[in-house]
Amino acid sequence: MSRYSVFSLFKHALSHHENWQKVWRNPTPKDVYDVVIIGGGGHGLATAYYLAKEHGITNVAVVEKGYLGGGNTARNTTILRSNYLWDEAAHLFEHSMKLWEGLSQDLNYNVMYSPRGVLNLGHNLQDMRDIERRVNANRLNGIDGEVLNAKQVKDICPLLDCSDRARYPVLGASWQARGGVARHDAVAWGFARAADSLGVDLLQQTEVIGIRRHEGAVCGVETNRGFIAAKKVACVTAGSSSLLAKMVGMELPIESHPLQACVSEPIKPILDTVVMSNAVHGYMSQSDKGDLVIGAGIDSYTGYGQRGSFPVIEHTLAAICEMFPDVRRVRMNRAWGGIVDTTPDASPIISKTHIPGLYFNCGWGTGGFKATPGSGNVFAHTIAKDEPHPLAKPFSIDRFHSGHLIDEHGAAGVAH
Amino acid sequence: MLHLFCPYCQELREEDEFHYRGQAHIVRPKDPESLSDKEWGDYLFFRHNPKGIHHEMWYHVSGCRRFFNVTRNTVTYDIYETYKIGETPAVTAKEETE
Repeated sequence: MSRYSVFSLFKHALSHHENWQKVWRNPTPKDVYDVVIIGGGGHGLATAYYLAKEHGITNVAVVEKGYLGGGNTARNTTILRSNYLWDEAAHLFEHSMKLWEGLSQDLNYNVMYSPRGVLNLGHNLQDMRDIERRVNANRLNGIDGEVLNAKQVKDICPLLDCSDRARYPVLGASWQARGGVARHDAVAWGFARAADSLGVDLLQQTEVIGIRRHEGAVCGVETNRGFIAAKKVACVTAGSSSLLAKMVGMELPIESHPLQACVSEPIKPILDTVVMSNAVHGYMSQSDKGDLVIGAGIDSYTGYGQRGSFPVIEHTLAAICEMFPDVRRVRMNRAWGGIVDTTPDASPIISKTHIPGLYFNCGWGTGGFKATPGSGNVFAHTIAKDEPHPLAKPFSIDRFHSGHLIDEHGAAGVAH
Repeated sequence: MLHLFCPYCQELREEDEFHYRGQAHIVRPKDPESLSDKEWGDYLFFRHNPKGIHHEMWYHVSGCRRFFNVTRNTVTYDIYETYKIGETPAVTAKEETE
C-alpha cells in the first residue's frame, strides 16, 4: 500500500491523478479465517484494524451485506465528545477521544478530525445543575470541561439566540473544547484502507444468513456467498444486532429505533462549533461543505424502516428555529433515518457471550460514531485475548442480570 | 406519521396523540420474591425486537388516556389491528404460532 503524502500528491499530479492505487482490494472469501467480523461500518472496520495492528491477527474478514460504511456510519451527525457522567463511560469515550487526536496520522488517511468544541446548552435551573454535576465529574476523570454562562455561550456562538426573548432562554452550557466533528465517510474508508493494507479481507455484498456452531462453539458463518469458517465471530451490526443474536437463539436487551437527521443546502460559514440542546432537543453543526447538519430524535416506537416519523423531525426543526432564528429560511436538502440499537441504560454492550467464540459489540444507540476508534480498540482486545479489555469490562451483557447498569441517558444526547 | 385506531374511542387518530409503551403482553411476575437475578433481568430489560410483526402497547395520552395493543409491522409500519387490553391478537408472526 503506497502511503499518502504531499510528495505522492505531487507525483500523481504529474500523471493527472489517473494512476492512484485502489484504496482497498476486493478479495474472494477464503475458506477459513481466524476472526470474522460481521458488519463493515466504522466500528467493525476499526475492530479489524486494531486486531491486525495491535494483536497481530491478520487472518480476518469483515463481512458486509451492503457496502463499507453504508449504515449508521453514513447517517450520523459526526459529533465527537467524551463528556459522559459515569466513570465507566467517561473512560471509554475518553479513550476514544485520545485515539481521534492521532487518528489521521495513525491511519495515513485524513479523517478531518476538527476539535471545534461542543456546547451542551442548559435552558432551566435543573439543566444547569446537571451540567455542573457532569462537568465536575468529567474534570475528576481528567476530561476537559467548563461551565459557561449565557454571555460566554454567546461569545462562543454569536449565531445562537441567547436573549431572554427566546421561548426557552439559554441560561448557560457545558463546553468541551476538545470535542468536535470528524468526516464520517473518511473514518470508515481510513480504517478500511489501513485494515486492508495489513491483510484484512473486506468482503462486501456478503450477507450473513446464519451462524454455524460445532459442539456449542462458533465455527463460522453462512453467507450468500457460501460458508466461511472462523474460529471467532464478532457481531458489530448496530440496529440489526437482535437479528444476528436470534440466529443463535440469543436475546439482547436491545430495541431498534429509527433516528433521524437532515442537512440543509450549503451556505456560507456561520457556525464554527457544535451546539447541542437536550432540553429543546436539537443539535447542529456546519460541515466543511457548508451544510447545516441537524440531528433529530428517535421514534418512540421500534422500527427497521430506515426512515423516521414526521412529527419527530418537525419537533427538532422547530427547536432549531428557536435556537438559531437566522436559519429559519434555510431550506433542507436531505433528511434520512438510521436504525439505532438502544439499550435500557443508554450504554453500549461490548461483550463475550455464553457461546464460545461469539462476541457482540452493539447497543451504541444514538451516540456510537464518537466511539468508533475506542470501540474497535477495546473490542479487538476482547476478541484477541478472549477476555474483556479493562475499559470494556463494565459493558458486559451480564450487567442486565447483575444490575450494574451504567445509566447514561443524561449524557447520551438523544432522549430515548 | 402513523394513524392508530383507538379501540376505546373508536376513532382513527394521528400518532401525536399517543405514546408508545413498548412490547405488549408482558406478564408481571406472580411471585416476585422468588425470582432469580436472571429472571428479573429478563423481565425488566429484555424485549422482543423483531423485524416484522410486533405486538405493542400504546397509550392514548391526548384522548381517552387508556392503554391498548397494536399489531404493527416494524419494517413497513403497516398496522394490522388494534385491540383492547386483555384481548388476543388476530394477526401473529409465523414463528409465534409454531
